[in-house]
Amino acid sequence: MFEFLNPIIEALPYMLSGLWLTAALVICSMGLGLIVGVPFSALRVYGHPVIRKLIGCYVYLFRGIPVLVLFYLFYFGLLSWLAQIAFLSFLPFNNAFFAASLVLGLTTGAYQTQIFKGSILALSPGQLKAARALGMNDFQAITNIILPQALRFSLPAWSNEYSIILKDSALAYVIGVAEIMSRTRSVAAITHKPLPLTLFAGLIFFFLTFIGVKALKVLEKKIKIKGYTQ
Amino acid sequence: METNTVLEAKNIIKNLGGNTVLKGVNIALHKGDIKVLIGPSGSGKSTLLQCLNLLHIPEGGRLLLNNKEVHFKNKPGLYQLRQKVGMIFQDFNLFDHLSAKENVSIALRKVKKQGKRESAQRAEIELQRVGLDDKMNLYPAQLSGGQKQRVSIARALAMDPDVLLLDEPTSALDPELIGEVLVVIRDLAKNGMTMLMATHQISFSATLAHQFVFMEDGLITEEGSPKELLAENVNSRTKDFCAKISELTGEQA
Repeated sequence: MFEFLNPIIEALPYMLSGLWLTAALVICSMGLGLIVGVPFSALRVYGHPVIRKLIGCYVYLFRGIPVLVLFYLFYFGLLSWLAQIAFLSFLPFNNAFFAASLVLGLTTGAYQTQIFKGSILALSPGQLKAARALGMNDFQAITNIILPQALRFSLPAWSNEYSIILKDSALAYVIGVAEIMSRTRSVAAITHKPLPLTLFAGLIFFFLTFIGVKALKVLEKKIKIKGYTQ
Repeated sequence: METNTVLEAKNIIKNLGGNTVLKGVNIALHKGDIKVLIGPSGSGKSTLLQCLNLLHIPEGGRLLLNNKEVHFKNKPGLYQLRQKVGMIFQDFNLFDHLSAKENVSIALRKVKKQGKRESAQRAEIELQRVGLDDKMNLYPAQLSGGQKQRVSIARALAMDPDVLLLDEPTSALDPELIGEVLVVIRDLAKNGMTMLMATHQISFSATLAHQFVFMEDGLITEEGSPKELLAENVNSRTKDFCAKISELTGEQA
């Protein structure tokens, strides 16, 4: 009766080691997205008009092009071209994991810029004024007053972004990152049992999403401002 | 006389959204002065106050702090001025993510580079001064309007300002909460704080102010002690205006 489970059980160790690669890919991508998104969102709101425009272009570019297309363009195009430049050779441009992290990171960075920007704009402008009135410069006011609040309010949307990037990471198999989906396909090709294995892969993604979203919910409660209701 | 002028604005001109909101305003605050800005909405009171600590950069005019010119384009000078010129806002503008104590101490730590303990102690002293000993660890969302405004006054005082600008500090408060804020302001006056306050609390400010400054249409049109401007036999624009407010609120000017 449980015969259809056999290919899963046999392939379990191999598939699960892909789980770590998926997790690492998501962590690197979301991390890069955060590193890009936080300063870019502040600059998009408060920066010099030229910088605001440039960041706007970046956001439109990465929101407008499918991740799958970006994987090809980066891995086989831009990065393999950069790999030929001598003084940049210390960077792992030919590494598929590096390329996938970069593409997913820059993509989510564009979305995260928009998420944080929305939260910054939702804050009452009076607080920035008050911070300036106390003698803070813009950098101090943004890092001490604006961002701590904006990032808190962004957490629900950020958790949404996490679930999207987690699932987008499955596309990294097209450039040969041995994450869950890539391993599913190779095992399925050998055993000729694609359906149970794909179902299993789907379950792994579901649980990764579930755990991550729940954890972020806990974090959200933990850093909630006392007495504050939005 | 020159020597104890704390803040002086000369011929301040400010354009906002295509309108000239301030059309050459002159005002000087000497040490210990308490001046009250009155005038109809849209006359430029708020804009003037925000120009005085350069939250708005004026298009023209000069600003002198303790007889030293402050250049509008010079950022360090501008930050220095703002530390010395405290500002109280109509809607408090407390930092929502910080407790009352942290609201007061954050600028001490970040701007004045004080240590954690030193700034916390100072915050406690200032919050005690405004009667909030028991509310120090509460967050803005847990405070009433009057308490919030008192925190914001403590926050400004902690910076040791030379002058305090108050932009309708009681206008956003429930009537029954106005009193507690006025008590604090009266206390400041007693201790000799130099203040410029925009307000519609005519009867309260008449007992406090050394001078009424009446603004209309971007200019100061009348200036004088409340006694002079509100005297029986005088026909001043200030008196008309105050009479109209009194009619509405039923208070005696």
